[in-house]
Amino acid sequence: MSYKSFDEINEKIKTGKAVVVTAEQMIDIVEEKGIRQAAKEVDVVTTGTFGPMCSSGAFINFGHSDPPIRMSKVWLNDVPAYAGVAAVDAYIGATELSESRGMEYGGAHVIEDLIAGKDVHLYAESYGTHCYPRKEISTYINKNNINQAFMFNPRNAYQNYNAASNSSEKIMYTYMGTLLPKCANVTYSTSGQLSPLLNDPLYRTIGIGTRIFMGGTQGYVAWEGTQHNPEQKRGENGVPLASAGTLSLIGDLKKMDTRFIRAAVFQQYGVTMFVGVGIPIPILDEDIAEKTAVRNRDIYTNIVDYSVSSGPKPVLKKVSYEELMSGSVDLNGKIIPSAPLSSMKKAREIAVTLRELIMAGEFFITQPISSLPLTNTVNKLEIREDGNR
Amino acid sequence: MKKIKVTMYFPSNKITAPVTYHLIKDYNLMLNILNADVSLNKIGTLVVDIEGEEKDIEAGLEFVKSQGADYKVFSKSIIWQEESCVHCGACTAVCPSGALTMDKTDWNLTFDKEKCLVCELCVKACPLKVMCVRNGDKA
Repeated sequence: MSYKSFDEINEKIKTGKAVVVTAEQMIDIVEEKGIRQAAKEVDVVTTGTFGPMCSSGAFINFGHSDPPIRMSKVWLNDVPAYAGVAAVDAYIGATELSESRGMEYGGAHVIEDLIAGKDVHLYAESYGTHCYPRKEISTYINKNNINQAFMFNPRNAYQNYNAASNSSEKIMYTYMGTLLPKCANVTYSTSGQLSPLLNDPLYRTIGIGTRIFMGGTQGYVAWEGTQHNPEQKRGENGVPLASAGTLSLIGDLKKMDTRFIRAAVFQQYGVTMFVGVGIPIPILDEDIAEKTAVRNRDIYTNIVDYSVSSGPKPVLKKVSYEELMSGSVDLNGKIIPSAPLSSMKKAREIAVTLRELIMAGEFFITQPISSLPLTNTVNKLEIREDGNR
Repeated sequence: MKKIKVTMYFPSNKITAPVTYHLIKDYNLMLNILNADVSLNKIGTLVVDIEGEEKDIEAGLEFVKSQGADYKVFSKSIIWQEESCVHCGACTAVCPSGALTMDKTDWNLTFDKEKCLVCELCVKACPLKVMCVRNGDKA
């Protein structure tokens, strides 16, 4: 079995000799030439995804005013930011809602406005200290007059996610979109065969420290994501059959582009953020080549009944992404429309952009500093009467 | 020639005449049925594109009223702000008429205004708020 190292591939990228293809192109290459030849010829496969990822946000350092303030409560365009970190640091979460405009504007919109270079109103309060006497501040900030602004997203790029339907008599407004009564539609959110973690199902090349394309610039995998669940049931190809691995991502907000980060509102659910993520997968050996040739027909998820709000949601059907992406699914003999929530068009744009960056020698691959855990399960939150104080 | 989009309402048990037949035959109108909702003991609705000479359309609609039915000409339309769209497809989950669909080759959203019933479900369902209602029939 042939073997390439990260360094060898980077050397090829430097000299402009690297063969870089998208995960969709890789399918055809493997089909045509076989796994062995594809592994030899192809150096990097690029992936992409552009879906709503609620667990996102940004750390901002505002700089010190004169006289200075130890901000204990912070609002950005009337959206509360968490200020329990030092004097002028705050974290603005994507799903936080505006106190004056409610669901129509939230943390994700603040982030998008900052990326767009717009002025954002900063209001902060403090109790005043000897060293930070100011008790209140009202001013405008933008990405050029603040210090650091980096996006730090605790859970992005979910490796697979369930599809949603609603068997009840009433319309449901959820984070999976509008679910019509009596299972009249199904929604799903994936870029399928282009999705980063579905192309590296056992995290052989994606790990802590991996350089990625994030929101239009270079970012990094910082850690396993929250709710990382690698022990999920998997198919023979290693691909999880339901939601499994996740990534915690970090990147410079100031260098991002609103083409790849967009605030979103799901009716009656709230605010979330579309995050554009692309991860390069170095083709070190044949196993990795084979995994990156995964097809929508080989990736499965469950259609889950979102009308059941207590206990495990019943599975209505196990379904392939090929069927979901066809536009309709057969549910108990009834053909019902299936609709995406994650943009395939943008996912492709990301995979293609990342490919071009690597071919131009502007983006190099990284060997993970540490692997993502392959053992870990997700705890439930128990409601307890007493603690062990 | 003129083309309008109309919702016709048929009270249950009241209509005996084949209304669409007469609109076509007697008033020389071209009818394209976009949506029909007929159930027992309920007001039936029919959404149609009507194309013909202006005076024929007017006379035809008069005939509809004379039969005990009612109608409403569409005065609103849905505007798709394509330049802000990310083509996620969330709107296609709720579109009842197939006006909003995903092109399976390039995954672009496509909007066929002709098929649109102006039900406004997409306005609510769009996470980026790029679908909006405009008063007046012009785009």
